Amino acid sequence: MQFDFNEQQNEFRQEARRFLAAECSTERVRKALEGGGFDRQLWQGVAEMGFLGIAIPEEHGGLGLGYLELCAVAEEFGRALAPLPIVSSIYLAAEAIKSFGTPEQQAAWLPRIAAGAAIGCLASVEGERLTEKSTRATFANGTLNGAKLPVLDGDIADVAIVLAKEGDSLSLVLVDLAQDGIARRTLDTLDPTRGQAELTFTNAAAERLGDRGEGWAMLQTLLDRAAVLVAFEQIGGADRALEMGRDYALERMAFGRQIGSFQAIKHMLADMYVSATLARSNAYYGAWALSTGAAELPRAAATARVSATNAFRHCAKNNVQVHGGMGFTWQMDCHLFYRRSNQLALALGSQPDWEEKLVTRLAAANEPLAA
Amino acid sequence: MNFDDTPEEAAFRAEARAWIDANAPKHLHPILSGSGFGTSAEAGEIDMLAEAKKWQKAKRDAGWACLHWPKEYGGRGASPMERVIWNQEEGVYAQLSFTFIIGQGMCGPTVMAWGSEEDKQRLLPPLAAGEDIWCQMFSEPAAGSDLAGLRTRAVQDGDEWVVNGSKIWTSGAHISQYGILLTRTDPTVAKHKGLTMFWVDMRSPGIEVRPILQAHGQSGFNEVFFTDLRIPDSQRLGAVGNGWNVSLTTLMNERLSIGSGMSTGFEPLLDYATRAPGPSGGRLVDDPSIRSKLADWATKASGLKYTSMRALTALSKGEQPGPENSIGKLVAGSTMQDIAMFALDQQGEMGVLTDPELAAHAARFQQTLMRSPATRIEGGTDEILRNIIAERVLGLPGDVRVDKDVPFEKIPTRA
Repeated sequence: MQFDFNEQQNEFRQEARRFLAAECSTERVRKALEGGGFDRQLWQGVAEMGFLGIAIPEEHGGLGLGYLELCAVAEEFGRALAPLPIVSSIYLAAEAIKSFGTPEQQAAWLPRIAAGAAIGCLASVEGERLTEKSTRATFANGTLNGAKLPVLDGDIADVAIVLAKEGDSLSLVLVDLAQDGIARRTLDTLDPTRGQAELTFTNAAAERLGDRGEGWAMLQTLLDRAAVLVAFEQIGGADRALEMGRDYALERMAFGRQIGSFQAIKHMLADMYVSATLARSNAYYGAWALSTGAAELPRAAATARVSATNAFRHCAKNNVQVHGGMGFTWQMDCHLFYRRSNQLALALGSQPDWEEKLVTRLAAANEPLAA
Repeated sequence: MNFDDTPEEAAFRAEARAWIDANAPKHLHPILSGSGFGTSAEAGEIDMLAEAKKWQKAKRDAGWACLHWPKEYGGRGASPMERVIWNQEEGVYAQLSFTFIIGQGMCGPTVMAWGSEEDKQRLLPPLAAGEDIWCQMFSEPAAGSDLAGLRTRAVQDGDEWVVNGSKIWTSGAHISQYGILLTRTDPTVAKHKGLTMFWVDMRSPGIEVRPILQAHGQSGFNEVFFTDLRIPDSQRLGAVGNGWNVSLTTLMNERLSIGSGMSTGFEPLLDYATRAPGPSGGRLVDDPSIRSKLADWATKASGLKYTSMRALTALSKGEQPGPENSIGKLVAGSTMQDIAMFALDQQGEMGVLTDPELAAHAARFQQTLMRSPATRIEGGTDEILRNIIAERVLGLPGDVRVDKDVPFEKIPTRA
C-alpha cells in the first residue's frame, strides 16, 4: 500500500514550499489585497520554477509530470495564499485545452500558459447560480455574444473558455481576449488577491473547444478535476490556519495562563485538526482517482471538495476566534485565510452544488447495476 | 499512489487467505456476518465461547495466533503490517476472537513488559491459545477519565497484599481466569505516585463479579468487588508505586483500529435512503432537504476510511502511523449517534419501534441509537480524546491540575 505521495513528489512539494516561503510572504499577498494589482513578477517566478507546466505535456512546453505532482504543489499554493490565477489558468483553462482542444489549439495556447505568458480563465456563470439552463450567451458562426459574471481572474486573462448556447445545446468555446469585441469590468470581491471580472462579448471571434453540444458534460469533467486540485489548496490553507491558531494559543496569556491551556480553546483546535485530517485523507482519495483516471473520480472529487471546503472554512473562521479581538484587525493575517477560504468555497460552484453532486453520485453507486 | 500490496505482503496475504479458507468455521459465517437474520434462535443453540476457543486453538496450532507476539510465547513474531493483513483476511471470523482481545491486546503485552520470565512462560502461551481469558481492572465508579484517582486499596502483609475496593466496566470478568489490577498502595503521596499493578487469578477467594445492567438494557460489562483479596507479592507487575507507568503500557497497546476504519453507520444509512420512500413520494435520498447532512456524513465516513489507509501506508513502509489515527473514535462515535437519530426521524412515528420485524433495517438504527452513547465514552471520552489531540498532536499545554502535587488522601472528594 502506497496511499501517499512518493519521495519525488514530496521533494517537489518541498521545493514549492521553499520558493513560496521566500517569494510569497503574506506581506506580498497583502499587496494584492491592498490594491497593488496582479503580481506579475511572482507569476513569472512561479512559471520559471516550472510549477505552471507540471501537468502540461513536454511537447507543449510543460514538464509532462502527473497530477500528483500538481496536487502536491497546489497544497503549497493554498498554504501560501498565492495571489495568482492558478485555479483559472492551470486547473481549468489548461486542462480544458489539453483535454478537449485540437492540436492547433493546444499548440497555440499550452506553451504560453505553461510559460506564464498567457493566462487562461473559465467563464461559465451569468449572474446567478449556474445550472444547465441558466446560460444565455450564444455561439454561432464563429462569433460569441453575451456576458459572464463573475469570471475568476477575468480581469487579467488572455484567453477564456466560455460556456455558450450553440443552437439548443451547450458548447464550450475558446476566445482570445485580445480583440475589440470584449469589454471587461473588474468587480469588488471578498478576496481581491484572486480577482473577479465581468466579461462582455459583442460579436467576439471564438472557436469551439471540443464537440458541439457537449459543453455541459465537458464542464462537469473539468470541474471534477479542478475540485481535486482546489481541495489541495484548501487543505494547505486549513493546515496553515490551524498552525496559526495553535501558535497564538501558545503565546497569548490571559488569566495568568497560556490560552491554549483552556479546554474551550484546546477543544476548538482539536476539532479543527479533525476537520483538516478528514479533508486531507479525502483529498488524497481524490488525488488517487485523478491520477489513475479511476471511474469513481466524480465521487472522489465531490468527496474531496465537500470535505476540503468544510475544513478550510472551519479552520479559517476558528483561527479568527482563537485570536480574539486581535484576529479581527487588518494587521493580523487571519482575515486573509478567512477571505480565501470563502473565495475557494464559492469557486467551481458552491457547497450545496457539490453536496448535491456527491449524494447523487453516491446514491447511483449504491444502486445494483442494471442487469 | 496506490492501494496495492508489496510482493511480500501479497505472498503473506495469499498464505493467510488459503489457511483461513481451509480452516475457518464456515458454518458460523451467516451468524457472524449478521446476514443471517432469523437465525438468532439457531445462534442461541451454538456455544459461541466454545467456538471462539476452538478457533483460537486452531490458529495457535498453525502459528496464526497473536501475530505480533514473539514465537516463544505463542505468537508469530510478525510485523505490524502482517498483523493488519491477517485481520483483513480473517474478516468476520475475527469476531470470534473478541473474547480474547483484552487479554491478548492489553494484558498480555503488559505482562510481557513487566512480568518475571517465569510469569511470562506460564501465563502467555495459554492466553495465545485461547485457553485463558483475561480482563483488565482499571476503572472505578469514582475514577474514569481521572483514572489515577482510583481508590481500590492494596496493603502489604508480609509476602502478600490485601486488596479491598471495587472496579467497574470490566469486560469479560465473569468468564476470565486472570486479570490485571491497578491498586492504590500509598495514599500519602501524589495520586500518580501511589499506584501499583498486579496480575490476579480471578478464581481467588475475595473476588465477586456482578454484571452491570446498562442503559440500553443489555449486560456486557461487570463490576468486580474485592473483599480481603490476598495477592502474592510475586504477582506484582513493576515496582511498588510504579503502577501508573505500567498502566500506560497497557493503554498504549489498546487495540489499533487501523485497517478497518471505524464504522460511522453511513453505509447502512445510504442504503436505507436509496430504498425508503421520501416525504413527497420518490426515494428518501432524493429529498433535497436531507442532502447536505448526507454529504457531510459521507465525507466523515470516507475521511476515516482513507485516514486508516494512510496509517496502513506508514505501517507498510515500516514506519509508525502518525497521530491522525487518533481521530477515529472521536469522529465515528458522534457521527453514528447523529446518523441513528436522523434515520429514526425519517421513519416518522414508526421510528420509536424496536421490533426488528417492524422497524426499518431490522431496527439497526434503533440499536445504534441506544448503544452509541457508550461509544462516545468508553476507551476515552470525546472530551479526553480532544485533550489528547490538543496536547499530544498540537502541543498545547496540559490542564492546570490542582490535585497534582497533593497527597492523594488530601484531595477533596466532595463539592
